[in-house]
Amino acid sequence: MDDVRVPISSDVDLVRARERGRTLAGELGFQQGDLTLVATAISELARNIVRYARRGEIVLHPIEDGGVPGIVIIARDEGPGIIDVNRAMEQGYSTSGGLGMGLPGVRRIMDKFEIVSEIGRGTVVTVTKWKR
Amino acid sequence: MAVPILKQGPYLIATIQSALTDADLVQLRDALVGKVGSYRSSGVIVDVTALDVLDSFASRTLRDLAHMIRLRGAETVIVGIQPEVAFTMVRLGLTLEGVATALELEEGLFYLAQKLHSARQEG
Amino acid sequence: MPEVRTSKTPVVPPQEASESTATLLRELVSHLRQNRTQLRQEWAHRITEAKLLTAMSADEIFTEATAVYDQYVEALETGTFEALQAYARNLSERIIPRGVEIHEVVGIVLLLRDVLARSLFAKYQGDFAKLNRILDAYEPAANRIANTVAVGFVQERERIIREQQEAIRELSTPVLQVRERLLILPIIGVIDPQRARQLTEQLLRGIRTNRAKVVVIDITGVAAMDSQIANHLVQTVEASRLLGATVIVTGLSPEIAQTLVNIGVDLGKMSTVGDLQGGIEGAERLLGYKVVPIKEQGPNT
Repeated sequence: MDDVRVPISSDVDLVRARERGRTLAGELGFQQGDLTLVATAISELARNIVRYARRGEIVLHPIEDGGVPGIVIIARDEGPGIIDVNRAMEQGYSTSGGLGMGLPGVRRIMDKFEIVSEIGRGTVVTVTKWKR
Repeated sequence: MAVPILKQGPYLIATIQSALTDADLVQLRDALVGKVGSYRSSGVIVDVTALDVLDSFASRTLRDLAHMIRLRGAETVIVGIQPEVAFTMVRLGLTLEGVATALELEEGLFYLAQKLHSARQEG
Repeated sequence: MPEVRTSKTPVVPPQEASESTATLLRELVSHLRQNRTQLRQEWAHRITEAKLLTAMSADEIFTEATAVYDQYVEALETGTFEALQAYARNLSERIIPRGVEIHEVVGIVLLLRDVLARSLFAKYQGDFAKLNRILDAYEPAANRIANTVAVGFVQERERIIREQQEAIRELSTPVLQVRERLLILPIIGVIDPQRARQLTEQLLRGIRTNRAKVVVIDITGVAAMDSQIANHLVQTVEASRLLGATVIVTGLSPEIAQTLVNIGVDLGKMSTVGDLQGGIEGAERLLGYKVVPIKEQGPNT
């Protein structure tokens, strides 16, 4: 299966990105509950792009390990970057007056979570969810 | 996409038909908070059965909506949260604190009727 | 969690393979193609002789042997193993329910390796140097093939075991409707994260299908839980509330009470009652039922 790329520049794209993610995870055989987790994670990651960087993209990449399918979600932007990544990962921390649930929440519902951020260059968040 | 708001007796019922953007949600919140005053409604039901994602923004907007409507003197019930959606929400730490919830529309109406009834008895 | 890995690596990356290895493999493959009928028969014969695959008939063995032989030669030729891997899984799926064991599967692939190696000896016995070069090309590929088939079998078996565990789990935690709109979930035994998640999913679905308003979760049969499971219990209570159902938890042991206090659970979010009976009574009150002994009712009822 091919990668799915969804450019993100407004909250309309966010709805499209999570629908694409749900469809892809469904094709990979994910269970109902996990489709919701995948769609919700994409929603949070895409919203962070719109909110902090204005534009970026979500890449959905199907993977497989030993017959177990999984999905890698990459959220990439060229925005201002995150000054203190560790703080951004704390529950309740937010610079935009939001709930600050976004990133730590996503980390809790995914199997693997990576974040690379460079000031002035942008942020890449990579998360993985395996089918169970 | 705008959410239709139906006036039924003392209640306002908003049934979400499909996935909403953040802007749609904010618009729904503002419309309900406005109409609850102009129609002098005592209760509001928001039916989210059609939503397959309730992320942090949607949860916060629904919670704010319920709190604003309480400040305007009416009650809100969120109905129809899907099982998978509910479980994802709590894992994200989104629990809609202080907001009434019910299984579906009928239960929501029943809840509001009871609330209204006990309010009348008190008053 | 397993790391990302790709199965597309050929035995010898084509660009690095010396011309002679590629040529040798081609020669080898054409030899195996030419002698297909005879070698395949020899192999099937050796399988029966070694009393492998006894659960299968001679005809079945021959059919599968033919398919495996062709996949084997193809893997040697292309250096890619996906087709073989897929076939191995598919074959395993068919033969595992019939009681075929891992030693049999490994046994037959090793037999094929031997049969083919012997035929190479026979062909090149006059030219020892060439035989050596041929075997140098053949052996790593053959070993990789044996590995692929064995791993495919084991993975398939693990998948089946996982499915069976899943089925057993589902049976082990019934969501019971005891009255209209009242569900009971008795939990007994050890709760691991996977079972906890399954319990929650079953309960939430149960609330919806039974239109439940009150749920009693009885954990009398659970001796202890770690903080992760305790947190999960709290999440289950919260998720049930989002569906519009109230949860009453009953039968908390002193240890579990301690765990819940240690993780700082918000007691306002969870209502607890000492035992199952008390929990059901509380649930009935919430639902507006009043249970009255028959003798206290009027004479005409």
